Amino acid sequence: MMRLPAFTYAAPRSIDEAARILAGEGPQAMLVAGGTDLYPNMKRRQQSPRVLIGLRGIRELSGITGIPTTGLSIGACTTLTDLSTHRLVVESYPALSRAVRTISTPILRNMGTIGGNICLDTRCNYYDQSYEWRRAINFCMKCDGDTCWVAPSSRTCLAVNSSDSVPLLCAIGATVRLAGTHGHREIAMRDFYNKDGIRYINKQPDEIVTHIALPPVNGWSATYHKLARRGSFDFPVLGVAVAMWRDPDGTVLDARIYLNAVASAPVEAAEARQALIGHKPTPDLIAHASHLASINAKPMDNTDLDYAWRKKMVRVYVRRALNGLS
Amino acid sequence: MAGDRHRIVGKPIRKVDGPSKCTGQTLFADDLSFPRMLWCKLLRSPHPHARIRSIDTSRARNHPGVVAVLTGRDLPIPFGILPVSQDEHALCLDRVRFVGDPVAAIAATDEEAAFEALRLIDVDYEPLDSILSIPDALDPARPPIHDYGDDGNIHKLVSLEFGDVEGGFAEAKEIIEGTYFYGGNTHLAMEQHAAVAVPEADGRIRLYSSTQTPHYSHRALAKVLEMPPAHIRVIAPPTGGGFGGKTDPFNHEIVVAKMALVTGRPVKICLTREEVFYCHRGRHPVLMGVRMGMKSDGSITALHFRTLLDGGGYGSYGVASTYYTGALQTVTYDVSNYKFESARLFTNKPPCGPKRGHGTPQPRFALEIHMDRAAERLGMDPAELRLAHLVPPGSLTANYLKVGSMGLGECIRKVVEGSRWKEKFRQLPHGRGVGLACGAYLSGAGLPIYWNNLPHTGVQLKLDRSGGVCVFCGETDVGQGSDSVLAQIVAEVLGIEPIDLRLVTSDTDLTPVDLGSYSSRVTLMMGNAAVQAAERARELLSSAVAGKLEIPPTRLVFADRHVFDAERPEIGMTFAEAVQTAEAKFGTIGTVGSYTPPPSAGRYRGAGVGPSPAYSYSAAVAEVDVDPDTGWVRVQKIWMAHDVGRSINPVLVMGQVEGGVYMGLGEALMEEQVFRANRNGVHKFPSMLEYKSPTTQEMCDVTTYLVEDPDPNGPFGAKEVGQGPLLPVPPAIANAVYDAVGVRIDEVPITPEKVLKALQAKDRRYGPADLPPVTWPPPLQVATPRQGGDGRAIGRAIGRASGGTTSTPAAEPARVDGRVTK
Repeated sequence: MMRLPAFTYAAPRSIDEAARILAGEGPQAMLVAGGTDLYPNMKRRQQSPRVLIGLRGIRELSGITGIPTTGLSIGACTTLTDLSTHRLVVESYPALSRAVRTISTPILRNMGTIGGNICLDTRCNYYDQSYEWRRAINFCMKCDGDTCWVAPSSRTCLAVNSSDSVPLLCAIGATVRLAGTHGHREIAMRDFYNKDGIRYINKQPDEIVTHIALPPVNGWSATYHKLARRGSFDFPVLGVAVAMWRDPDGTVLDARIYLNAVASAPVEAAEARQALIGHKPTPDLIAHASHLASINAKPMDNTDLDYAWRKKMVRVYVRRALNGLS
Repeated sequence: MAGDRHRIVGKPIRKVDGPSKCTGQTLFADDLSFPRMLWCKLLRSPHPHARIRSIDTSRARNHPGVVAVLTGRDLPIPFGILPVSQDEHALCLDRVRFVGDPVAAIAATDEEAAFEALRLIDVDYEPLDSILSIPDALDPARPPIHDYGDDGNIHKLVSLEFGDVEGGFAEAKEIIEGTYFYGGNTHLAMEQHAAVAVPEADGRIRLYSSTQTPHYSHRALAKVLEMPPAHIRVIAPPTGGGFGGKTDPFNHEIVVAKMALVTGRPVKICLTREEVFYCHRGRHPVLMGVRMGMKSDGSITALHFRTLLDGGGYGSYGVASTYYTGALQTVTYDVSNYKFESARLFTNKPPCGPKRGHGTPQPRFALEIHMDRAAERLGMDPAELRLAHLVPPGSLTANYLKVGSMGLGECIRKVVEGSRWKEKFRQLPHGRGVGLACGAYLSGAGLPIYWNNLPHTGVQLKLDRSGGVCVFCGETDVGQGSDSVLAQIVAEVLGIEPIDLRLVTSDTDLTPVDLGSYSSRVTLMMGNAAVQAAERARELLSSAVAGKLEIPPTRLVFADRHVFDAERPEIGMTFAEAVQTAEAKFGTIGTVGSYTPPPSAGRYRGAGVGPSPAYSYSAAVAEVDVDPDTGWVRVQKIWMAHDVGRSINPVLVMGQVEGGVYMGLGEALMEEQVFRANRNGVHKFPSMLEYKSPTTQEMCDVTTYLVEDPDPNGPFGAKEVGQGPLLPVPPAIANAVYDAVGVRIDEVPITPEKVLKALQAKDRRYGPADLPPVTWPPPLQVATPRQGGDGRAIGRAIGRASGGTTSTPAAEPARVDGRVTK
């Protein structure tokens, strides 16, 4: 079988202790919660941290607090199962519950955490391979090499953000709370990601994602449409999340559309948003907005399914998402 | 054996190995562990095609924990499953032929140390031009991957004509042509290959391996290790699925055996999933050209079938696979004149071989879509067209296959009725459709893989005074239920219960040879041998008991663990007492049974592939939804009828049918081996996450009908079920897609982008344009039975390699290093 490389495991009991260990160990250390993303990567030698800092023993990182009228705070180590089945989430943030239920398999959702999912390593089928496989292509830019094999002229890594929760969290305006040895900060989810498959999140090496804050429920509705080959056990090859605020007469006040799995970061469909704001969503307007949303999506040949077809599907999936909310 | 008065055969009793598997007590090869055991890892080639200039293992040898390192020079003798393609080495000697070809092996005290030491082996490669497609392989200017074969990278070239095909086309009212492609895919058995070799004190060796064919591994080990076969013992522990992926002798088996001999310690290897993708031996990608001539009533006057197989880096079963892409087209619908041309090509990819259906799902896909086209052209219902031209039972086909029982008509009627075909076909709303397809498969190959006149299987029984019966047989249960079949048959004949039997199986020291779990041969062949052995035991017991009871032996009944007088059931004794009576009279009670298939009718070169004691038949209707916006195909339901002759255990038969549907569904919609030709020929995704196969969410509903038309050659009338039901699934789905949205998808997998492209294409089709040109040799001419032929070739010089007129691929002499050996 594939074996893990040797590492030391630290099990801090508090966020402060974890931050101190992380700062002390430097880049040789990594954080781990559920491990459903990291351990397979380590077996393939995509990452070989000398020290792993396990966060599961830190009680303040688990659980959900708050009320929907003022917003919820979700501990980063809350499992995906606990999040998606939490009563307040199911009742007041049903689109989030449904999006999280599309992640991987029920068994892996029992282990995987929401903090892990928003920090999910970017994916690429030139990168998510064993060491020996990657050696056969002389490695890639993201790990051990210097070429991006998806597009050898590219100067940045084109690995894909493949989280199912991220586009929805961006659309509804969630924020990420981080803690480090220098204190705490909060950043909007949509600003947390970079269009760079290697430095894909704006997190300092000594920072720990502690919470995800959900905005109050104030009349918006949201949805998430996932394109994947299978009904389970698959990353998205296209994720479309829409959050919409509407006047009682049906006029769109705001409509935030985020696409995922088409780039290294979630992609906001800003033109589509502008086209929708101030109008009632007729079929023609939805078709137009869907077209606008598809323009900026540039899927590459580094995931499952044909990339030209995936590009075509953006319009179909955005249209379906908008229809579902209209 | 007559009638339905069986107590155990035909009953849905629990699988004999079910409880131990469900409770985790079953020990698979990877569960085995021995004191002082070493772990083995293989270093594999990062190049698709390269010469090995040198290998330096010194750094690896010095790595802590490493005990031994082997390279090709330690195992220089070639091997391979077929005598005609002894082209593999346990570790590559001087050339690597695909990314993943093993070049060196390390044994260490733990798996981590072996893994780490792999990176310390320095191999100097000289990369060579790599051949990664069928057109590449047909290009005579490209370098040959092997120094044997029919021409350049053409491994095997076949050209056969039965009857007068041009005459048949001249007679035809309609000539229908089509080009098809069946993508390659792999077995995806749950258990990854594992092997443990244990040296024995007297210099002998014992190998445990997850294999479907311990007998063939045994032969390869003896050859490569240069040891007497009697000093090698191969045991196949319960195997976690094979589907044809564990029917070759494998390099890792030979390597651990050699490692154990070298180190004097047990050595274990368990392949990673990625390595299993490199072992492969899966479905050949096949490009096919079909030309069919029909009269206006749909009778087939001529069929011309051409196939090009992308074989990968080694021979494996490829010569047999090549013939199988042409053999079984004739056993379903009557074909008067038939021409078959085929070429298997070497490419720098993992070797293809046998996967469930071995070489027949690809042509069946083409033929069944072709029949759907033909029905439309002739204005006939596809079911009626097929029903009108079925091969009659008890007949001889144009290519000399003997069809015995033939339940396809009943299969078609069952699925047509069950699916309400007549109300649905061409009548469902746009986006929903139904499709029909059929299939046929062998119940065991009529000829062995290496030429011999020995039985294909044997069963040995030992009965003793305890009343227990020990059954010895080389058969290998790979999950298909052959242990249960063996137990049910012996228990039935002796009137005892399966739990009274102790099965000793798949152990080359302890059990009579059985050729292995391939070609759907086990139930029919082992079953017949088991019946023979059990009947012989019953005769001994009958004779002794009849003498003691002073009644004629013919009046004795064996049932419910008793032997008694049919006319006065109170007169008799327990089975244990009967054995004691016989033991007192005859001494130790042991009997044997064996089975050799009947001789085949074909006498032409190539006639060795296709004959079988019995053919199974299947028919399927698929109902699908196609999303016209995305091209997405969702299979809602499949109705499958299978002519199994007779079920030994109907629950196991239905399990095989459903498993076949599942595997066929994956091949139809998503499974495909893809290699990146512009990135050094790497496998695009050697993992179970990215090589897509259906989950329970994609699996469709299945309604299964078992058609039981007992075959005279089968034990209790039984035929095969392990492979046949896969065959109709992909073409039924393709035909249903056509019914749903009016586009022909002439290749699998039927992915959404292909459907969408076809929906936007002028010709409403997605599929290959044409076959690349091949210079076919003049066909070997064989007169059909209808023309009064005797099964021998009448044209073109024959027996060029073997000098024999009755030679078959299996019977050709082996060519090893230029020598001809037999």
